[in-house]
Amino acid sequence: MKTARLPEWMDRHSGPIFVLPAVLLILAFSIFPLVISAWLALSQFRLGTGGYEIRFVGLLNFKKLLTGSQQFHFLGTFAEIPLIGWLIVALVFGALAVAARRYATFGRVSVIGVAGRLISFPLIGALAVLFATTLGGQIGSLSTTLFYVIVGVTLQFLVGTGLAFLCTQNIRGRSFFRLVFFVPLMVTPVGTAYTFRMLADTTVGPFAPIWRALGLGNFAWASDPWTARIVIVLGDSWQWIPFIFIIMLAAFESQPRDQVEAAQVDGASTFQIFRDITWPSVAPVAATVVLIRVVEAFKIVDLPNVLTNGGPGIATESLTLHAFIEWRALNLGGSAAIAYLLLFVATVLCVSFVNMVVVPMRRSRQ
Amino acid sequence: MNRLATASYSLAFGATIATFTAAGPAQAGEFDGVSVNIMTFTGPQIAEPLQRRAPEFEKLKGAKINVITVPFSDLYQKLLTDWTTGTNSVDAGVFAPQWMVDYVSAGLLEDLSPRISGDSAVKMDDIAPFFRDFSQKYGGKTYMITLDGDFQMVYYRTDVAEELGLAAPKTWDDYLAFAKASHGKDMNGDGKGDFGSCIAKKRNAQSYWMVTSIASAFIQSRGTAQGAFFSTKDMTPLYNNEAFAEALRIYKETTKYGPPNEINLDVGDTRSLFTSGQCALSIDWGDIGTLAIDKEQSKVIDKVGAVILPGSTRVLDRETGKLVDCSPEICPHAVDGVSHAPFAAFGGWSGGINANADDRVKDAAYAFISFMSQAAQSNVDVTIGATGFNPYRISQFSDLSLWKKAGMSEKAAKDYLGAIQASLGSPNMVLDLRIPQNQRYQQVVLDTAIARMLAGELDIEGTMAAISEGWEEITDELGREKQLAAYKQTIGAE
Repeated sequence: MKTARLPEWMDRHSGPIFVLPAVLLILAFSIFPLVISAWLALSQFRLGTGGYEIRFVGLLNFKKLLTGSQQFHFLGTFAEIPLIGWLIVALVFGALAVAARRYATFGRVSVIGVAGRLISFPLIGALAVLFATTLGGQIGSLSTTLFYVIVGVTLQFLVGTGLAFLCTQNIRGRSFFRLVFFVPLMVTPVGTAYTFRMLADTTVGPFAPIWRALGLGNFAWASDPWTARIVIVLGDSWQWIPFIFIIMLAAFESQPRDQVEAAQVDGASTFQIFRDITWPSVAPVAATVVLIRVVEAFKIVDLPNVLTNGGPGIATESLTLHAFIEWRALNLGGSAAIAYLLLFVATVLCVSFVNMVVVPMRRSRQ
Repeated sequence: MNRLATASYSLAFGATIATFTAAGPAQAGEFDGVSVNIMTFTGPQIAEPLQRRAPEFEKLKGAKINVITVPFSDLYQKLLTDWTTGTNSVDAGVFAPQWMVDYVSAGLLEDLSPRISGDSAVKMDDIAPFFRDFSQKYGGKTYMITLDGDFQMVYYRTDVAEELGLAAPKTWDDYLAFAKASHGKDMNGDGKGDFGSCIAKKRNAQSYWMVTSIASAFIQSRGTAQGAFFSTKDMTPLYNNEAFAEALRIYKETTKYGPPNEINLDVGDTRSLFTSGQCALSIDWGDIGTLAIDKEQSKVIDKVGAVILPGSTRVLDRETGKLVDCSPEICPHAVDGVSHAPFAAFGGWSGGINANADDRVKDAAYAFISFMSQAAQSNVDVTIGATGFNPYRISQFSDLSLWKKAGMSEKAAKDYLGAIQASLGSPNMVLDLRIPQNQRYQQVVLDTAIARMLAGELDIEGTMAAISEGWEEITDELGREKQLAAYKQTIGAE
């Protein structure tokens, strides 16, 4: 009977029907803007009589960034590779060689796996070479962002994990420290940036007397590209260490106590217990937290915008800030092109991280 | 709030009621129930007087004024996106008249000419001709009403000059010599060495106006219509030659005599440094003059001199791109052999109205902007440093009692107003860029190149090349002929 068919059909398709509202929302708020910005990346925005016009220009916006007038801004200015540049290149290529060998020897080799590595390995290698070759000249917003991601997340992970581990120990005031370490995460990023700006002011800030006592009264961190970048990493870390801290704390506290107690009875040292019992049990959580931070770190904008406005020169400009500055200047196409290149780099690096770090870690636990 | 400001505000409120009941474009209660959203930049300057006077206006006319503030670097874009996308959540704006060209060509700004002709209270004849006939207008129509008069000047410490036996700087070489001689000297009695020169050099702030103030003296010498940004023949940038190289050299050298973090200072910071007695020299709009008399904050009361922007005895030969000595033919407006080119940077904060706002809202917005500009309010606001408003009405230059009442000595008032008047009256005044997308030329290309030079990323040659290439790219993109025609029209070139 016809009337019975509808409930039956709905019963059979209940899964997709329940998921449909969420899919429509994602399409409306995520996929649609992605498509529109792809179109913008291939266009030029112009004001005209009665409003504006958007003209299709093909790959011109990408060409400007990669080989044209904005190359210095996006990729940087090339120069002879300094010693540290060679070291970075050697380190990255060495790591890639080890990863390739491990995959060939121990991994589950598949067509998709090989194809993925054929994309990610050359990209990672190219980024390392780009960083090294612009290190002697001036690094662009792409390399600056990579610096924030790699150095920032590494620092945040080490400090956050260390603090979390300390808070699992039987020390006085543990609860107080847990709360204090968590506070910066609850502050809005712009608030954090302004607070850090006041803290980092070496002329009237709270640390100004120490700065002067160290004989640095005539040196301003904001005038030097590398100190400015480091201050931004410190500010970012101040805000994000609590995030890593709180998740790693939960991971440490949820590990079974019986193995630790057995090891203690057997006379294992704290370091041995951490290396052989604690770390393997929290490693998958650690990998996930790093992944979340890496994704977030690629989007850093508040701190460089508030602390230095991207300066000195363009030294502290992240890709998101670069895109924002272009957008503010009505270069909507250029801004969208930067955003797409950021999306490409971030996606490849994050997927590589998942495939090369997170997945093998999970497999080793199984 | 200090007593001076309190007295000024009370006076202003009294005067407000008196004037607005006497004459005006609108009647009491006329705008009951109307709400006007006005956007301007995050203050405290500029936003402060608007926010302070909004309740007064509401009492008088019934319209509620909501002042929305955004960072300066976002203002142009925020207004534009709100208006071009048809969102129209902003009914009016107080912004740079330079940007008017983009808004008017897109049909986004209301022509205020008919309203002005029916408004006796705004007293347009009292507004100095430069603002009335150039700054407020585009294509012969008035789209904005001036609330602030802007010219860059040089401020110097008169006590330091006296002590060192130096005169006020007439040329940029004098400026450097003054800065060098005073650098490291304790100028505020705190026992620490202070700075010879404080200039806002922060990126995405005001640094590009500062460098233009220096460059103008070397680039333009034959009058306003000669132009200081592009060749009037073919729109070739004038920022890639010996003249601009000299300006960059001077700009860079001033950094030697500035605070260590000068590269990260905006005008708010340099004003504080100057008024706290830590700087011998500064380049700024009229704000330092009024901030220096604030009894609660200033340590330099009656110790500040103001002069027209320093000039040069050598100027650009546009045929060869070289600097040549001034002669009566090359520098017809020179004084004692020194050619000054005062820069009307920014053009003064002005109010404009969204053409697509509701008619009643437009009327209320106009009434508020007119109210802010009327002498009863303006004559008080321009004497208060915190407002960010500088004199632009003829009566504000002629009536010294306004300034004395605000706490300025007669000598200081004459000095301060004299410097602005000398700039206003100069036949060699440099007009700020007012061609389509001028914001991209200045706030993006010029600003980035200057910031890169200060950061050591570019040398002088590289900086000039970056500016030149960046400007040429925009000109080619927007159409050379169209841009050239707009440029010639704005400077009055043949």
